[in-house]
Amino acid sequence: MAQEKKREKKKEPGKKDGEASPAPRIAEKGKKIKEDLDKLVDKIDDVLEENAEEFVKNYVQKGGE
Amino acid sequence: MMLNRIIGTETEFGLAVKDSDSIDPVSNSMLLINNYPYSLSSKALWDYENENPLLDMRGYEVEGERERPGIEYNRLLNKLLPNGGRLYIDGAHPEYSTPECTNARDLVIYEKAGERIMNQCRRLACRAKGGEKIFVYKNNTDGKGNSYGYHENYLVSRAVPFSQIISFLVPFLVTRQIYAGAGKVGSESREGKVSYQISQRADFFESLVDLNTMVKRPIINTRDEPHADRTKHRRLHIIVGDSNMSEYTTFLKVGVTSIVASLMEEGLSLAGMELDDPVSAIKEISRDTTLKKRVRMADGREFTAVEIQQEYLEMTHGFLANREIDPISKEIFNRWEYVLGGLAKDPMLLSREIDWIIKKELLLSYMEKKGVGWNDSRIAMMDLQYHDIREDKGLYYALEKDGYVERVVSASDIAVGEESPPVDTRAYFRGMCLKKFPKDIYAASWSSILFEAGDQTIKRVPLMEPLKGTEALTKGIIEGSSTIEELLARLAT
Repeated sequence: MAQEKKREKKKEPGKKDGEASPAPRIAEKGKKIKEDLDKLVDKIDDVLEENAEEFVKNYVQKGGE
Repeated sequence: MMLNRIIGTETEFGLAVKDSDSIDPVSNSMLLINNYPYSLSSKALWDYENENPLLDMRGYEVEGERERPGIEYNRLLNKLLPNGGRLYIDGAHPEYSTPECTNARDLVIYEKAGERIMNQCRRLACRAKGGEKIFVYKNNTDGKGNSYGYHENYLVSRAVPFSQIISFLVPFLVTRQIYAGAGKVGSESREGKVSYQISQRADFFESLVDLNTMVKRPIINTRDEPHADRTKHRRLHIIVGDSNMSEYTTFLKVGVTSIVASLMEEGLSLAGMELDDPVSAIKEISRDTTLKKRVRMADGREFTAVEIQQEYLEMTHGFLANREIDPISKEIFNRWEYVLGGLAKDPMLLSREIDWIIKKELLLSYMEKKGVGWNDSRIAMMDLQYHDIREDKGLYYALEKDGYVERVVSASDIAVGEESPPVDTRAYFRGMCLKKFPKDIYAASWSSILFEAGDQTIKRVPLMEPLKGTEALTKGIIEGSSTIEELLARLAT
């Protein structure tokens, strides 16, 4: 079931090389992606670093390149 | 015809260590790369002999100290990889260089392999430190005005005059961020505040042409260090781009730039496409996520970034007409055309392909669902964690795992790329020698390998031609030699 869903998602855009502009059913696609992303957002809190504020504040990088 | 050329990228990673004994970024970077697991290459040094980053393309050498670390320190700073690439410390960051590749698809494989190699070091270093305390990010800024680089290298013909490089490439490099940017929350320059911008790096560019890479960063870097026969080759060292997580974005960024370099070598020019003020334009474009605003050209006309890119696309179309081209270049061209078409209509249509749009869509969804704004610390955390190289924690990888982003290579391609070199460049000879004779290699660089032959002599084998040392040319020699002396004898004949 999960596998099937994955395959379906993968087929969607991008692969249609040579097509200069996105397909007309793009609005529909956009809506579907939005619903999908909604589910993903729920998962983000599970992986997001705790104490975000502290973590971001302490992330300092000096001496690049 | 083949549009392929020698290309490679260098990625500096951001690094955070919790409960570190040291706040010194160099020590922390050393902790990371010295956990590199492939013990087979741990002894070989980096050969700095041919390196001189102080030579300027404009024809002179600037004063400065050339890097020449002692033997022990050299070993701590450099890990030569069996895939032909290099893991090292540059400045104060852990850095990875891909081996030399001939096309954008291989480049994606080897750049992604670098993330995996870095993550493997991270896991082992965490084990040594007794916990998940080390964090590595493939991005370009700490959000506080400190940037670290992502440099692309394209080998071009020495015959191209330097003035032509500037006039032809500047409008291209200033505008390609619309499909190559990695996205950033907030701003880090005086050009005005913004909630979200297209590029991580645009804020940090302050001049048009210079040798510097660390301060007053230039859009065109003039370092003239081809790592190859300098009578034939020039290495374009492009420092203006972002590191990308998306395979699709990296493929497009590197692939299109390589094709544009071919137009440049052909002597083509874009009349009237000179930007009035490229240093401002790069920031203006980065700040306009609608892609509708126009930038001013030197002749007073105004164009959008998409329109400027379309000029290059049109020119490429003409250039390719009636030419047989290789399948990868064709794929690059088709995707470029597809992406510009989408960007002209509505950038959000490309939320599976282009990093800054993938990230923006994710942040907007989160903000809407949680009812928070751009200033929320969780949004800043997500902006950073999108670039986390851990496949179980990085937000880009969370999207990839659930099929939300387009890929161009497979996990198995990347796994092979961690351990084996490309077959069609000198990286093959370097990587295969490191694999077969790990104890006999004293040092190596892009353009040399130094073997420890018996009786304590060191034999230096120059590799000045990147398209030699390939599998086709050297596989038999390497496989037919059971000792380093035999290898050297075969090379000499």
